[in-house]
Amino acid sequence: MTDHLRQFLGRAGFAFFTALIGAIFALPLVWFLFAPFNSRAELGLAIPEPFSLSNFRQVLENSFAIRALGNSLIQSVGGTLLVALAATLASYALSRSPLPGKRAVTYVLLLFSSVVSGSAAMVPIFLMITRAGIIDTHLSVILVFAGGLLPTAMFILRDFIDGIPRSYEESAMVAGASPVQAFFDVALPVIRPGVVVVVVWAFVNIWGSFLIPFILLRSAEKMPASVAIYSFYSEAGTPIVTLLAAYALLYSLPVVLLYLFVSWKFGFRFFGGIKA
Amino acid sequence: MASVKFENVTKRFGGFTATEGLDFEVGDGEFVCLLGPSGCGKTTTLRMMAGLETPSEGKVWIGERDVTRVHPKDRGISMVFQDYALYPHMALADNIAYPLKVRGQPRPERHAEAQRVADVLQIGHLLDRMPAQISGGQQQRTSLARALVTPSDVYLFDEPLSNLDAKLRLDARGFLNHLQRDMGITAVYVTHDQAEAMALATRIAVMDRGRIVQYAPPLEIYRRPATTFVANFVGNPPMNLIEAEARIEGGQLHLQAPGLHLAPLPVPAALATRAPGRLTLGVRPEHLALAAPGAANRIEGRLFANENMGPETLVTVTRTEGEARLTARIFTDEAPRLSGAVAFGFEARHLHLFDAEGLRVPGDGE
Ligand SMILES: Nc1ncnc2c1ncn2[C@@H]1O[C@H](COP(=O)(O)OP(=O)(O)OP(=O)(O)O)[C@@H](O)[C@H]1O
Ligand SMILES: [Mg+2]
Repeated sequence: MTDHLRQFLGRAGFAFFTALIGAIFALPLVWFLFAPFNSRAELGLAIPEPFSLSNFRQVLENSFAIRALGNSLIQSVGGTLLVALAATLASYALSRSPLPGKRAVTYVLLLFSSVVSGSAAMVPIFLMITRAGIIDTHLSVILVFAGGLLPTAMFILRDFIDGIPRSYEESAMVAGASPVQAFFDVALPVIRPGVVVVVVWAFVNIWGSFLIPFILLRSAEKMPASVAIYSFYSEAGTPIVTLLAAYALLYSLPVVLLYLFVSWKFGFRFFGGIKA
Repeated sequence: MASVKFENVTKRFGGFTATEGLDFEVGDGEFVCLLGPSGCGKTTTLRMMAGLETPSEGKVWIGERDVTRVHPKDRGISMVFQDYALYPHMALADNIAYPLKVRGQPRPERHAEAQRVADVLQIGHLLDRMPAQISGGQQQRTSLARALVTPSDVYLFDEPLSNLDAKLRLDARGFLNHLQRDMGITAVYVTHDQAEAMALATRIAVMDRGRIVQYAPPLEIYRRPATTFVANFVGNPPMNLIEAEARIEGGQLHLQAPGLHLAPLPVPAALATRAPGRLTLGVRPEHLALAAPGAANRIEGRLFANENMGPETLVTVTRTEGEARLTARIFTDEAPRLSGAVAFGFEARHLHLFDAEGLRVPGDGE
């Protein structure tokens, strides 16, 4: 009997403890959901009284911030497509070709990529982009992100492709397919879950980045949302909480939608197994 | 249809030699089985025919063409992979019809063709399933169907029946045999099941550690195994091998081993010029019969196991205290309740002799 009691108390204590941790993490999220609809939102958590859309109305009047959402979309979609395309082809080649030293290539690239997208390389990147004459363009942002994310994307995908038996493509080729045909008919559909992971990861990365577009872009009409969000700070640098909350919700929607879409369409699978 | 020829083909993976000096020809319309234990290089040999592996040395010919460096798609072959390699995202119908799709056949026609082959292999009712939704044996037959759906110059099979139950295996084996006889297909068939090789092959290549140790028609392999390895690998159960002390005396060959009583034999020509020393004596289980204790040629031992296999019974005895065992296959009707000492008799013409290196000592007239 005491054993049962001890077991029960143990379980209850554990449940309470995890609930507490969960609550601590959930509070900011609850704020994030409530504050946009509260015309008197402050940093404290409060249930909107009454629910109002006035914050959103004000945000929509800020045409700079709204256009920035479109810019974010251009840069993220562009960068993501480039990363996914290049990473798929490159990692397929790295996985399947008998090139000597191909492992070293990925590791060296991986090492440098952390430098490229890190702040240490900002000055050279700025100079290069200026020389290339594409400063203050969407293209510059897309290229720099692609360069920074590609090695990691290749690393993830190559590992994924390494785990897929070659005999799929081999049997396609024996059946009469050219290597390109075998890639599109057989290999690509099988590695698609890996590509989807890379797409989501790259999109989220570019969507949320501040530094690179901040440095490479000048004109207000090209700034992405990650930069534009600072237009909801007053001259003195204090955030206008109501507007910031509403804009942040809008800003996070595309990422949430992407997750939902991917999980509905493909199911999240990684390394051949778990479905979300 | 076409022939296949290997010219001194060696394949090395890094420092490891997987096949060495393969030199043989598969004739047009022949059905050749590559037979050997796991890891002896059967799959590697087949993959070099398919063009999936490039020989480190030597040349591969298909028909009149040197295909050593020709891409798999241009070799006119079909292949069943050891791991099936079914495309996981395609339904069975599309898997089977894939070679036809590549050849540009329209969908209704290629699906009709897939249905026809699938029906023969008894998977016709599964065509809209995905590969993950069928059993291992069904997957294997799908893979076989995909290889058979197009006419090819050469068909390559890598253990295509290994996962089927006994009944299905016999059906599929009969079907392949029929294909070969009726359509005269050229095929190379990898297996480590010697009964399958015996049943299907026009010739068998027995492989051991990357080399072909004997390449001959099934009966020849059965009747005149070239080495103790072949003798031990082919036959069910395999040939009994007995280490014997040999000496030539008075123009006759005397063999001595524990439990063995053997009348002197005529000296084979191959042994006339050298001192035989140790020889290995081989006798197949089906050539042994229960003998009276006084018979001239006999082997004695103590009963070890007595396995009834229906019409036949396998009787195993130990000749010495150690491990030296001997198995006989005799009709169950003739097997009384055995116990204790058992003697097997045999005819001298059923004996095989191998020298100290394990090579066959040809009998006179071979
Ligand atoms: N890509 C490779 N790299 C290195 N070694 C290899 C490679 N492929 C095969 N081998 C080696 O070559 C030898 C022959 O392999 P192979 O697959 O041809 O054997 P097998 O006769 O088909 O065996 P099994 O009956 O088990 O299928 C094995 O020892 C194997 O480990
Ligand atoms: Mg094999």
